[in-house]
Formats: sequence, C-alpha cells, structure tokens
Amino acid sequence: MATHSDLPLLLLMTLAKVVVVLGVLLTAIAYIVWMERKVVAHIQSRWGPYLVGPHGLLQPLADALKFLFKEDIVPDEVDRPIFWLAPLLAFTLAFLSISVIPFGESITIAGHTIPLQITDLNVGLLFVLAVTSLGVYGVALAGWSSNSKFPLFGGLRSSAQLISYELSLGLAVVSVVLIAGSLSLREIVEQQRGLWNICKQPLGFLLYFTAAVAETNRTPFDLPEAEAELVGGYHTEYSSFKFAMFFMAEYANMVTVSCLATSLFFGGWLGPVFGPPLVRSLLPVLWFALKVLAFLFVYIWIRGTLPRFRYDQLMGFGWRVMLPVALLNVLGTSLIVAWRSV
Amino acid sequence: MLEAYLPVLVHFLVVLALGLIILGLSAWVGVKRPSPEKLAPYECGMPPVGDARERFSISFYLVGMLFILFDVEVAFLFPWAVVYKSLKWPGFLEMFLYIAILLAGYLYIWKKGALDWSR
Repeated sequence: MATHSDLPLLLLMTLAKVVVVLGVLLTAIAYIVWMERKVVAHIQSRWGPYLVGPHGLLQPLADALKFLFKEDIVPDEVDRPIFWLAPLLAFTLAFLSISVIPFGESITIAGHTIPLQITDLNVGLLFVLAVTSLGVYGVALAGWSSNSKFPLFGGLRSSAQLISYELSLGLAVVSVVLIAGSLSLREIVEQQRGLWNICKQPLGFLLYFTAAVAETNRTPFDLPEAEAELVGGYHTEYSSFKFAMFFMAEYANMVTVSCLATSLFFGGWLGPVFGPPLVRSLLPVLWFALKVLAFLFVYIWIRGTLPRFRYDQLMGFGWRVMLPVALLNVLGTSLIVAWRSV
Repeated sequence: MLEAYLPVLVHFLVVLALGLIILGLSAWVGVKRPSPEKLAPYECGMPPVGDARERFSISFYLVGMLFILFDVEVAFLFPWAVVYKSLKWPGFLEMFLYIAILLAGYLYIWKKGALDWSR
C-alpha cells in the first residue's frame, strides 16, 4: 500500500473525499428534513413547506440561517463546559461513523484508482457500532448538564432506551457477520453478489431495523422527546445552533443506520451496471443512494403512521422480545452455517 | 495496517473543526438579550420548583448493569462470528454452552422481575 512518498497524496485524497462526503451528507440531511416535512404533511393531508422557494425547496437554507441568528441561550445554572461539549460530541460522533461506509466500488481518475469509501477498516462494522454507541454520551451529558428536570428525565430515558436496544442491534449484526466471516463492510457487500443477505437473514433484518429505529430515537420509539410529557426531552434547554446540532446528529444517525442496513442486508452498491467506464463506476453510487433513500422514506412513513409506545412497553419490548429473539437468531444462524460448511 | 486509520483521524478532525466553527459562529452572530426569566430552567412557564439534581428511579441503574452484562456477551460474539467458518461444530458447541449459561441467567432476572419496568 502507500509508502512514505505516498503519504501526502493519501492525505490529500482523503481530505478531498472527506470534504465531498461531508458536503453531500450535510446537503442530504437538509433535504431529508424537507422530505420528512413534505411526506408527513401529505400523509396528514396538508401541504407542508410551500413558501420559501418552489415547493419549499429553499426551506432548509432559511432554517439554517434562522438557527444561526437566533439567540444562543445558556441558562444560569447549567454545567457550562459539559453543556457546550454535549452538542459537539453528538454532532462529531454522528458524522464520524460515515467514514467506513462503502458507497461505491472505485473510480479511476488520472491513473489513480480511488476506492469510493473514506477508508476500508478491517473492523469497519465494529467501528460503526462503537462510534454510534458513544453517541449516548451526547444525550446523557446534555440531559445532566442542563440542570433542569425535563432534560434530566429525557436524558435518562433516552440513555436507558439506547443501551437496551443496542444489545439487539449488536446481536442482529452478529448473525450477518456469521454469514460473511468478516467485519469489513466492503467485503460484506462483495459477498452479496449472488444473493442479498436479506434473503438469508429476514429475521435479522427485522430485528436490526427495529433496533435501529429505536437507536435513532424515532417514532414509535421517540420517548426521549415525547413532547406531550417531556417538552423536548434532553435538549429542552438548548437553543440556536446547539439545538440544531442535536437535530443534525439525529438525522446523520438516521443516514448512517440506513447506509449500514443497505450494506449489511441489501447488497450495498450492487446493482445492474452498464455503459462507458465513468457511468460504470458511478452507477453503483446511484444504486446505493437510492437504497438509502428508500430506507429514509420508510423511516418517515413509519413516523406518519404509528403512534408512540408507552415507556414500560418500550423497555419490555426491548428486553423481553427483541433480546431473546436476537439471541435465538444468532444460534439458529450459527447452526445453519455450521451445517453447510461441514 | 495502521495507516487505514489515518483517514479516520482526518475525518474526525474535519468534523470536529466544522462543529467548533458552527458553534462559535452561532454564539458570535446570534442576538444576546438575556433576562432572568430567560436564563431560568424551563418548567413550562411556572417558577422553577426545587433543584434538578434529584434522586431518580433505581430502575435506570438496573438497566445499566444488565446492559453491561449483555454487552460484554455481544462483544465476545463478534470475534467468534468472524472465525466461525473455520471453527465448525466445536465452535458451535462452545458458543452454545456459553449462550445457554447466559440464557439461564436471563431467565433468572426475568423471573426476579428485573425486566418488568412498571413494577
């Protein structure tokens, strides 16, 4: 691989990739919010944003500007350093895990073959899980440092929920690793050339997606921000762009989780490829983006359709249904894999 | 192998810088008109009652402990799953025993009511 003389080139290439990926991700998040407002509005027979730009297309831009110029209130009794750290932590961690997601095969520019992924760690899957589970610190610290009752309860609830569903999430992913025998996301995608993992792991996928919806605090698992009882949950005391950072982190996590679902169960960037070389290398990115978009749509669809759980139902479901089923799924998968590899 | 982590570091630094810039910018350009009411903890408009640093339900501690128990288990499963295809039946048997012991503990905490939130 890269020797010392290649190091500046590697750094430059990485920087370019990081900037492009972050640019796309930030734009995507802005328009996912727009899409969410539009889709939910139409589900509820409303129009949604319509005034700023055609069909409200400039709404995200207006929102960002508004967030920026709003008063940044830091209440008197907060724990200042932690109060600042929490949104930064949530934001950074949410945008970090995208770095090991492969969104295409590779592209050749001026003789250099560039893999369409920021980096291919051999423990990529573990990295994503580790970084996303660190995200609970952002929530817990925000709730604690606000020194106010609603954020405290929201933060506590949210932390308990996140760690409970993380178990089933991890177990659902283990069954995919059993089939693939690798933690590198690129390898896991490559192995699905014949048959997507969803055909081998339908139950695993259901477990994964349910746990993922809970992990990203979305309806019907959005107890942490149950606005009817907790005002805004852990970010009640946050205003201006600090609030927007939690908001962006939540959507970035949704994107990451959808990317992971695509890579683990739906063949990642795989799809029909044809045409000249450039189209050949860009089509996979399109397939990948379409699959991720489909997941995001399902997220919004669920939000527009299902009511919220009660907290004891939520915890009960996580511990008494998801966990044993996920464990049995791992056992069953290992049984079949051992059977076939004899 | 370690150089595969270099891009992660670059990515981390870029994201961190972006976050700091945004936070700094919004603190800088936003209007500032603080008032005692605005800076009080939010309690639906009523004057705040007591302190937020209070005792909270012990169930949260319980969930935390159970999480650590089972998360360690999941952490053990990952390396096993990666090399599973070369372990074959002995690997299955060993992990089956491990999960069986764990399931026994799981049934015990269930019977004890630790998983019953509304209790």
